[in-house]
Amino acid sequence: MMDMPIPDAMVLDRRDRIIAGLLDLLPAEAVIHDPMETRAYECDALTAYRCAPLAAVLPATTQEVAAVLRLCHAEGVKVVPRGAGTSLAGGSLPTADSIILGVARMRAVLEVDYPNRFIRVQAGMTNLSVTGAVEEDGFFYAPDPSSQLACAIAGNIGMNSGGAHCLKYGVTTNNLLGVTIVLMDGTVVELGGAHMDAPGLDLLGVVCGSEGQLGVVTEATLRILPKPEGARPVLIGFESNEVAGECVSDIIKAGVLPVAIEFMDRPCIRATEAFAKAGYPDCEALLIIEVEGSAAEIDEQMGLISQIARKHDPVELRESRSADESARIWLGRKSAFGAMGQINDYMCLDGTIPVSSLPHVLRRIGEMSRDYGLEVANVFHAGDGNMHPLILFDANKPGDLERCEQLGADILTLCVEVGGCLTGEHGVGVEKRDLMTAQYDPADLEAQLRVKDAFDPKWLLNPAKVFPLDATASRRAA
Amino acid sequence: MRVSSESELAEAIRDASGPLTVMGGGTRPVGRPVDGTPLSVAGISGIRLHEPGALTLVAAAGTPMTEIEATLAAAGQRLPFEPMDHRALLRTEGSPTIGGAVATNASGPRRVLAGACRDSLIGVRFVDGTGQIVKNGGRVMKNVTGYDLVKLMAGSHGTLGVLSEVAFKVLPRPETEATLVLHGLPAEQAVAAMSAALGSPYEVNGAAHLPDGRTLLRIEGFAASVAYRSEALARQLAEHGRADPVSAHDSVALWAGVRDVAPHLDEPGDVWRLSVKPSDAPGLAARAGGAALFDWGCGLVWLLRPEGEDLRARLGAFQGHATLVRASHETRARIAPFHPEIAPIAALSAGLRARFDPRGILNPGLMG
Ligand SMILES: Cc1cc2nc3c(=O)[nH]c(=O)nc-3n(C[C@H](O)[C@H](O)[C@H](O)COP(=O)(O)OP(=O)(O)OC[C@H]3O[C@@H](n4cnc5c(N)ncnc54)[C@H](O)[C@@H]3O)c2cc1C
Repeated sequence: MMDMPIPDAMVLDRRDRIIAGLLDLLPAEAVIHDPMETRAYECDALTAYRCAPLAAVLPATTQEVAAVLRLCHAEGVKVVPRGAGTSLAGGSLPTADSIILGVARMRAVLEVDYPNRFIRVQAGMTNLSVTGAVEEDGFFYAPDPSSQLACAIAGNIGMNSGGAHCLKYGVTTNNLLGVTIVLMDGTVVELGGAHMDAPGLDLLGVVCGSEGQLGVVTEATLRILPKPEGARPVLIGFESNEVAGECVSDIIKAGVLPVAIEFMDRPCIRATEAFAKAGYPDCEALLIIEVEGSAAEIDEQMGLISQIARKHDPVELRESRSADESARIWLGRKSAFGAMGQINDYMCLDGTIPVSSLPHVLRRIGEMSRDYGLEVANVFHAGDGNMHPLILFDANKPGDLERCEQLGADILTLCVEVGGCLTGEHGVGVEKRDLMTAQYDPADLEAQLRVKDAFDPKWLLNPAKVFPLDATASRRAA
Repeated sequence: MRVSSESELAEAIRDASGPLTVMGGGTRPVGRPVDGTPLSVAGISGIRLHEPGALTLVAAAGTPMTEIEATLAAAGQRLPFEPMDHRALLRTEGSPTIGGAVATNASGPRRVLAGACRDSLIGVRFVDGTGQIVKNGGRVMKNVTGYDLVKLMAGSHGTLGVLSEVAFKVLPRPETEATLVLHGLPAEQAVAAMSAALGSPYEVNGAAHLPDGRTLLRIEGFAASVAYRSEALARQLAEHGRADPVSAHDSVALWAGVRDVAPHLDEPGDVWRLSVKPSDAPGLAARAGGAALFDWGCGLVWLLRPEGEDLRARLGAFQGHATLVRASHETRARIAPFHPEIAPIAALSAGLRARFDPRGILNPGLMG
């Protein structure tokens, strides 16, 4: 189980004064301090860990955010920024002595500029509503996490989130042009904007993915792209994971760059089939590959992909010919997490591996799963090696969560061993905090801590995350 | 001083007693001149890993660009960001290195669609100002483990650390390319034509406007698709005049010229680089006066100006920034080559430099 720091008793003692101070700055409905109500903020989507905050505030403007941070800075109160709370890593998990600073009320579109291809929004806007704001005019915002209906741009920037289509379009950082960010001392800073690169150091680049530890993002300028003329998936089933992996590699080597290459293994196929009845074949490995363009271009790419796939003796190859068929092909993949949730409690991992080690890693995961006696289903973005092993466990069974976490740690360590990393898109949060030393030497971590020192010298912003607690203890205590 | 391994590099920095002028091939002397002992990493060279099926390449920082490009080309691949070769513009000699491209975040015309150098960069190893070896990122293209120092190192011009190894996501080299040329558009109309092209679904990955009035739009991919998209694009741009297609061969030469700022090469004067909102570019270029080469759909403007002039004073306040790229030693010592930052950003940058390079010995003052 994850340790959290002991709450600061001096802050807890000053609770009433701090809340009174917040109430001076914000309207009463924007300051949530009733213990019954703060419970709504006790966890994010990593529900195994919970702790109600001292209070939660929901400011409506950048100025209000700055005022709250100035107060917290002066009072030495820790602040945990929060978007929609869908983090799977515990990124927005509070501590008892912290304030949750949520941007959920900041949801306005500030500017849409088609000639210059950007949109400026308040950071609480949900990911999907950004695309919603521009799609009638033929544009979209490319990063598309599966949680896009709920998650906020703020959290996407916090975690540098990805999505199914990032093989072609990149992740959040590649589509982020600028932010308005409030530093812990209340200073408001604009980084980037409608232009394409930084004048000096790329501070925007390091803010993106900093998990709410460097500042609070209140506004964002995002690149929007013209929608492709069309898109169509093909579903290909294989007898073995090795063969599916080789097929992915051959397609990439042939110069085709699909927008998405999704991979599911047998446990995952079976579970989703039972749940969503998408008509998937019962085979060892399944690929869903989507290509974009005009009808003729799609045909050409599909032809190439099918030709390569046939060399690998697929058990099934089903090209979508209509919007309806496309929806059916995606149906199973999109309901994979939901399907798992039906069977059991599950923990979703997020390691990335070099694509070439796919067969080896899947084999080892199978062995570990048997050793631990916990079932693991694999669904992931195969084009970029970002795996999502789902470990099934029973939260009501004593010891199951601990075993599940141990297996998860073993799998992520394996990802690092083969040349990959602990997290491809969900972030470190508290979940992978203590594994950071498997990927980084002390000097590597020290370099990252120095960045935090420069932005937040008092270590008040989301301080118990990302780095092992013992590595940050002296800084947090200072 | 020349080092041939990462550990030698670390030692050299640890033992340094004063400022160092860090270089790869020494072909990109950008920024305020630094009075330091030259430290070359060109000897830390060689491709460490190329996995075509995973679209990844890892190379030592001193590896020549030519070697990188040849290795990738042999597998039908390339770097996505089309890095500029600064030699002709800056009148330098030598062999550009991949580390130099990263340190300057050198990104050519394709940046408008495929992203900058920093967007393709997935891992770095570097030595900080205390001589400590640091790694960040890795060799996989999706990685959010800890802070993204990879981005921070790209474009840091050797002021935070000296790169020893860099890793990239690479892309397939397209089967062919085509360029459409529109003639005689004034800059205001050229930016409109380029915006329309970049806002179309035809994946235009080069959009430039030359001082001679030509507007270039590039499309790459499989042959049939390129043919289809160029025709569709030409139709869509009909209101801006006739769009003449040029052959793939000529297209390659045209874009190499845009990438390396060919129109300004043989002209005397300073060369400034403006990064702005595209629709602001024509107005700013007119305010500046002189010849302008517009790239990135007008997001990037290369201006030719009289020697020693402070263009920023002439332009006044604007959104974006101006970098003095080519000027005499004396001018670059007098006029800050990098756009001055507002106080809180300057404080953050200074804070980072003070922590990564506490003795202030890595290209001190180069970025301001
Ligand atoms: C079913 C499901 C599917 C998912 N699928 C994907 C997926 O496909 N790809 C993917 O990448 N992720 C996925 N996620 C994870 C999650 O949705 C993303 O991490 C998302 O970006 C979090 O956004 P949020 O608004 O909910 O952020 P939160 O959970 O509220 O916060 C996330 C992090 O960002 C920080 N933060 C929040 N707001 C700010 C701010 N204003 N300023 C600075 N920092 C801030 C927080 O402190 C925290 O560290 C999924 C989650 C679920 C539950």
